[in-house]
Amino acid sequence: MKDFRYIEGVATLRLNAAKCIGCGMCETVCPHRIFLVRKKKAAIGDLDACMECGACARNCPADAITVTPGVGCAAYIISAWIHQFTGTGGTRCC
Amino acid sequence: MDGFVETPAGPVPRVITALSFRDRAGAAKTRLGIGRYEYKVVPGLYCAGIPGPEAPVLVTANYKLTFDALRKELGGLDAWILAADTRGINVWCAAGKGLFSTEEVVRRIERSRLAEVVSRRELILPQLSATGVAAHQVKRGCGFRVLYGPVRAADIPAFVRAGNAADDAMRTVTFTLWERAVLVPVEILLLRKPLAAAVFAILLLSGIGPGFFSPEAVLTRGIPAVCTTLLAILSGTVAVPLFLPRLPWREFWIGGALAGILTGMATTWLFHGRVSLWESLALVLWSAALASYLAMNFTGSTPYTSPSGVEKEMRRAIPVQAAGGVLAAVLWIAGPFMG
Ligand code: SF4
Ligand code: SF4
Repeated sequence: MKDFRYIEGVATLRLNAAKCIGCGMCETVCPHRIFLVRKKKAAIGDLDACMECGACARNCPADAITVTPGVGCAAYIISAWIHQFTGTGGTRCC
Repeated sequence: MDGFVETPAGPVPRVITALSFRDRAGAAKTRLGIGRYEYKVVPGLYCAGIPGPEAPVLVTANYKLTFDALRKELGGLDAWILAADTRGINVWCAAGKGLFSTEEVVRRIERSRLAEVVSRRELILPQLSATGVAAHQVKRGCGFRVLYGPVRAADIPAFVRAGNAADDAMRTVTFTLWERAVLVPVEILLLRKPLAAAVFAILLLSGIGPGFFSPEAVLTRGIPAVCTTLLAILSGTVAVPLFLPRLPWREFWIGGALAGILTGMATTWLFHGRVSLWESLALVLWSAALASYLAMNFTGSTPYTSPSGVEKEMRRAIPVQAAGGVLAAVLWIAGPFMG
């Protein structure tokens, strides 16, 4: 995925290293290889490559990771905006 | 299907590991958006080869294309396949929607009585289901340990042979030219209805002129405008996705707008002499706004755009696109009055 870079400085991914038990799950599940676990501690590498899918946070048994997960999809975000205004509106992603 | 394997939980259907002509035709139709949402397999337990109680259990979605992509890789492998009920949606989207979830995996294991069939308490899940499934909670829920397999089904045999180990490449999503190209037909087909409405509106606007409404202008002005629209659609839904890694801009709306300006200039050049300068400007603006909007919508089909990034891009893009569209309409209507 080196050919595909997206907007920098926006990812909501955060790691609480104090809680981390070094199980390695975040490193395994991330489809963009963001995490590196060394000496029983996870660290965030290339934060700007994170697409906020939420896989790491969901699979962290120690709740050490937070991210605002969602789908990076304009149509979905538009329907969510409309939803906020009108209280109706469906979603069309995937 | 190719017969059944008897197990303590009853007969389990065995899948054929080659795809038939019908499977391929069905896949092609699905890609073209024909009957797209009615392509499922019955959730439950299946198998490939002659699996024993020690054989690996591969969990997948019950979208038929996903299921087929898995079974065609299993030639020569003895394995159990558990199709979760993801309502006929692929792994990634079903996990994002919470259909391929911890609860569904636990429920499917109970319903299929998998515990009576296998002796190992271990499941192999597709890595991309991890957005919906929490491995440690599946363990708590039913005692099975979740191993995340590779992203792509094609790497499953290598994963199993390596003793359930995946390298970095197997764990990374890709977005190859082919993976982008197969998304294009559906993107275009989704535009059928809005396109019909747009063509109607364009022809109507084109007829307006000094003589109030001229049926002749509907054609002389309408045809260039409709051509511009079609080319703008192609630049937003075909050119931008295909050239994506070559575009120097990270934000989709900018790439789309520039592609739209190019095709807009191409159509005005094709029709030069038939459209005035103001009308040409209107067409280029319209083309840019439309292609920009469509390119931005492609973010929904990529495996690397974060929602925070898309939202940031949209807050910048939508005002510009709306302004471009309105200005284009004003210029287009005003065109015939300005000589
Ligand atoms: S949210 Fe997804 S992309 Fe981002 S670090 Fe976690 S697993 Fe990786
Ligand atoms: S999943 Fe959580 S506990 Fe495990 S290594 Fe990653 S951050 Fe640490």
